[in-house]
Amino acid sequence: MDTDDHDITVSVNGVRYKRRVESRMLLSDFLRHDLALAGTHVGCEHGVCGACTVLLDGQPVRSCLMLAVQAETHEISTIEGLTDKDGAYHPLQQAMHDHHGLQCGYCTPGILMTMTAFLEENLSPSEDEVREALSGNLCRCTGYQNIVDAVMAAAQRMRG
Amino acid sequence: MSTRTFGEPIKRNEDRRLLTGQALFIDDVELPGLLHVAFLRSQVAHAKIRKIDVSKARQRPGVVAAYVAEDLGDYWKPGPLLVPPPPIAGIVFNQRTQVPLARDKVRHVGEPLAIIIAESRYIAEDALDDIDVELEQLPAVVDLERGLRAGSALVHDDVGSNVSAHVRQTKGNYAAAAAKADCIIKRRFRYEHGISSPIETRGVVAQWDARANQMTIWDTTQAPVFVRNGLAAMLGLNERNVRVIAPFVGGGFGPKIMMFYPEEVLLPWVSMKLNRPVKWIEDRLEHFFATTHERGQIHDAEIALSRDGKILGIKDVFLHDGGAYDPYGLTVPINSQCTLLGPYVVPNYDSTFTQVFTNLTLVTPYRGAGRQHGVFVMERLLDFAAHELKIDRAEIRRRNLIPADAFPYKNEIIYQDFQPLEYDSGNYEPVLDMALEAIGYKTFKEQQAAARAQGRHLGLGLACYVEGTGIGPYEGAKVQVQSNGKVSIATGIGTQGQGHFTVFAQIAADQLGVAVTDIDVVTGDTDQFYWGAGTFASRGAVVAGNAVNEASKVVRKKALKLASDLFECSEEDLVLEDGKVSIVGIPEKFVRLGDLANQANPMRGAVQPGTEPGLESTQYFGPPMGATANGVHAMVIEVDPRTFDLKVLKYVVVHDCGTVINPMILAGQIHGGVAQGIGNAFYEKLAFDDQGQLLNASLADYLLPTALEVPRMELGHTVTPSPLNPMGIKGAGEAGAIPVGPMFAQAIEDALDLKERGVELLEIPLSPSRVFELTRKSGQ
Ligand code: FES
Ligand code: FES
Repeated sequence: MDTDDHDITVSVNGVRYKRRVESRMLLSDFLRHDLALAGTHVGCEHGVCGACTVLLDGQPVRSCLMLAVQAETHEISTIEGLTDKDGAYHPLQQAMHDHHGLQCGYCTPGILMTMTAFLEENLSPSEDEVREALSGNLCRCTGYQNIVDAVMAAAQRMRG
Repeated sequence: MSTRTFGEPIKRNEDRRLLTGQALFIDDVELPGLLHVAFLRSQVAHAKIRKIDVSKARQRPGVVAAYVAEDLGDYWKPGPLLVPPPPIAGIVFNQRTQVPLARDKVRHVGEPLAIIIAESRYIAEDALDDIDVELEQLPAVVDLERGLRAGSALVHDDVGSNVSAHVRQTKGNYAAAAAKADCIIKRRFRYEHGISSPIETRGVVAQWDARANQMTIWDTTQAPVFVRNGLAAMLGLNERNVRVIAPFVGGGFGPKIMMFYPEEVLLPWVSMKLNRPVKWIEDRLEHFFATTHERGQIHDAEIALSRDGKILGIKDVFLHDGGAYDPYGLTVPINSQCTLLGPYVVPNYDSTFTQVFTNLTLVTPYRGAGRQHGVFVMERLLDFAAHELKIDRAEIRRRNLIPADAFPYKNEIIYQDFQPLEYDSGNYEPVLDMALEAIGYKTFKEQQAAARAQGRHLGLGLACYVEGTGIGPYEGAKVQVQSNGKVSIATGIGTQGQGHFTVFAQIAADQLGVAVTDIDVVTGDTDQFYWGAGTFASRGAVVAGNAVNEASKVVRKKALKLASDLFECSEEDLVLEDGKVSIVGIPEKFVRLGDLANQANPMRGAVQPGTEPGLESTQYFGPPMGATANGVHAMVIEVDPRTFDLKVLKYVVVHDCGTVINPMILAGQIHGGVAQGIGNAFYEKLAFDDQGQLLNASLADYLLPTALEVPRMELGHTVTPSPLNPMGIKGAGEAGAIPVGPMFAQAIEDALDLKERGVELLEIPLSPSRVFELTRKSGQ
């Protein structure tokens, strides 16, 4: 087979993984199928829906638009790492539960990753700012209203 | 029971798995030795197949097998007819169902031609390039009217025309009514409905276990029991040897129903043939062609009224785009035909439709399932009538509403569930009043004038609708107390985010005195529950919910009986709460439900004749016919008169879906429906060229509403219980999506004074560029 394989080391949710991957392997496929971290979802594989969003060194990126080899030496965070060590929800997870911010839940991991990163940067957002930040993530079930409410509530709680 | 949970906004049981990335979706199924599948699909809409040669693909390292139609032998068969045509006199129906792999001819872009099975999806897709295909392209049938003209290309040559079906239904005598009318309004309407586009595409995993003689299929289906039965028959297996699991499904909205899609039919066969598990996950591009659509209708409709705005009758002749095959029968156009009548008294109705075969992807129900089309026609006709007769648009609607004392109200024609269309219950006027109040109808004119003085263009829209929900045939549920005292519920429906894990638990919790969080609900696994129909037509909560209620009642009775024997007291002296049965007034004298469950399964001694072991019950519920919900939506928009860009300033939904199990989940259903309605009304259009090529097959080009386009919604409810089921509930899944189109059209006309400028909006969707074209065409 004329593949070209690479040995890479990637850190995901604080765990270091060494794997051999084909150069064309998408980061989303790598996370989901090689590392069995299937909480990151894939909705379009062309960078529009945002379901596959993970954090690369704290910044949201679309894992369907990145190759696994490009993640070499970077720190990745996925939905599986969002609760604390004892399994307690992140405030945004809690708020999504409280406000019914998810229905089928397929878009949810991407939304949680995008919006937790957003809240890191802006803890006092206006509703318009939340909608703007959320607009790169498609949800076909909720009509967004409860997600917006959840983000606002989480922000408030995180402000203390 | 300590606190009643029915009717409360109980938070969802299913959330934790979904919020932490632990829910199993189809592509998360991993099995040892799993192979991966890619399909070669037709790139043209209509062609004769000259050659498909997969021999080179078979040589590629990592490819395990490749098949074309001929390789399937006897397994190659057109799929089943899922919904036969209803018993309507004079009906024409030409049954042509889809095939697993095209043979001789392809009939739409995306129709599968060959299947490749390889060690990875990457390799399987590489191998698609190795296939040698020769197609002789034919003219494509895309336009409905041209497709019916003599000399048109034929989608199915042997039918002799492109007529898939022809149906006429009448009530009263329209011609006689029209002869007496003071006013007749006649228009041509075009309504396009888009695609459901769930964020999770479809997928199938099939695992044949030869040692166990067992086939397991994970499938993104809304109706696992149907799929099990159908596939067992095709594969020559007993139903018992086939298990279909619909895991967590990332949105369905209709097209994930039991279609017997080619991929669903082929993967189990491949797994048996290769004795290896196989997986196929649809990519987004495939989804645009290979998953069913809903699309367009053209209506020539007229309404006859008296001077005071009373409807005397309606006549409608319409064409319905059915796509290349018609396995779903007539559900969509029948819904259009019936739902057009809406909440109004229409004494005379004459409706005829022709379902047309086209060289486009199949059309099957997508949330609303044709109801939108009918509601658009009716609501627009009323708008034009109001204008013509100089009656206020809310008033003309009010004058025609079915009065509260007229229920059950018979509409005489046949509905999609094959029953005569009858509205079970309703009280429509208060719903309209609440909506008018909430949107500020009385003061809107002043508000509009004030805004206009500042150069701002505000418009108001208002639309009424009914929704047939909760149709039969039946669903069942098994409720079982575990020995740890927790309760397990299994039903046969699939679930795609509707909150079934919570609402069914609420129903059982109240009967059994157990916390909602201690109730585990299983849906969509045919080995957990054997019988059922599926999740469609806003029926899950109504039909399966009532089955859960019935089963829970029986378990409650059993528990009380066992405890009364134990305590040697009468059942009336017992209370069931907090997971235990105790004697009234003596709370320390109690037995836990779990212990009763254990005692109901003794290791020694004789079980009484006529009793069953275990604390469990399986019950079924089948409503005599569907329950009819209703509602009114109203909105205020602002339109930029230069760009036609539009902003929703206020959006109100007032809705009556009978008794509410969980208002939080209900609100979510409405929100999501409205968002899809907005997409449909405003943006979402499948753009085909005249060769049947879809020009916008990506989410970058086919726009779904984002958080910036969907407004905040205010909801109001009234409750008219359904007499058709003991809990009084009606379905709500589709209500949000149904009336958005006509309301948009009305509001835009209002904002831009289009009536006065001689422009009428007779179509959906209405993107800003389309409104611009329409106003310019009229020379304005
Ligand atoms: S899957 Fe990556 S953006 Fe849609
Ligand atoms: S909850 Fe289903 S797509 Fe967002």
